[in-house]
Amino acid sequence: MADFAPGARVRVKAMMPPGHVRTPGYLRGRVGEVERVLGPFPNPEQLAYRRKGDPLDLYRVRFPLGDLWDRDDADTLEAEIYAHWLEPA
Amino acid sequence: MPHDHHDHLSPSGHPYRPDQDGPLTYWQAMEIAIRELMVEKGIVTAAQVREQIDAMDARSPAQGAAFVARFWTDPAFRDLALRDGSNACAEMGFEVGPMRLIALENTSRLHNVVVCTLCSCYPRNLLGLPPDWYKSRAYRSRTVREPRKVLAEFGTILPEGVELRVHDSTADMRYIVVPRRPDGTDGWQPDRLAKLVTRDSMIGVAEALPATEAPA
Repeated sequence: MADFAPGARVRVKAMMPPGHVRTPGYLRGRVGEVERVLGPFPNPEQLAYRRKGDPLDLYRVRFPLGDLWDRDDADTLEAEIYAHWLEPA
Repeated sequence: MPHDHHDHLSPSGHPYRPDQDGPLTYWQAMEIAIRELMVEKGIVTAAQVREQIDAMDARSPAQGAAFVARFWTDPAFRDLALRDGSNACAEMGFEVGPMRLIALENTSRLHNVVVCTLCSCYPRNLLGLPPDWYKSRAYRSRTVREPRKVLAEFGTILPEGVELRVHDSTADMRYIVVPRRPDGTDGWQPDRLAKLVTRDSMIGVAEALPATEAPA
């Protein structure tokens, strides 16, 4: 069961762990809305070090482009974010 | 000669790629060492390596164009493609690849464009090898920050009122943009329509070709 349903508001955790991560820096700390739930997929942060990847839900999250760059902008951006990077907003 | 004073440019106006005379990088040396070891141990043959390179180079956007043309002409396929792009690929008999596919449909109100800021993820099974600019830091960083300017540089000026949606291909999905079907193509068969579907239109930096520009 996924933690977040489509439409849920989520914040990308503003953490800076070392090593291989697939969460772009420009999205950390930003709030978006779940567009769809995908997965589970093996955690790439473990796969990168040849460990077995724990299964994780993957979310497509939609962000207002203006919120990302602190300006008025009605365009949008979507990215795939793994479950452990998201918290309720 | 138009480029007499620019001898760093080729006759077609493009910069020459500098000779790669420097020492091998760590990873280049590693690739050669592992490849030669695998050939020596009989795990692969040199011919198999060459054939694989050939197969990679031979991929083209043709399968992507066929996918789009069927999307335009077959409503049941369109539904399937929007629900499960990978299954739609399989239905066409195309290699699905290890990643899942999401089809993004452009409409009169919404335009999609794809970028991979982290590396250069690209639906190679459908579109072939990515163009060099797709892998450039400029495209990768600017497309998430000022996408309308990037599109304008490709000659794609989006009107106000059309939402632009950028898709950052950060993980396990791959994306194909389905451009809008050009006007004046009613009744065209999929094979003819596919000729209007360019690589760039499936990345989202351009529209499909107008009907009047259909290649012979």
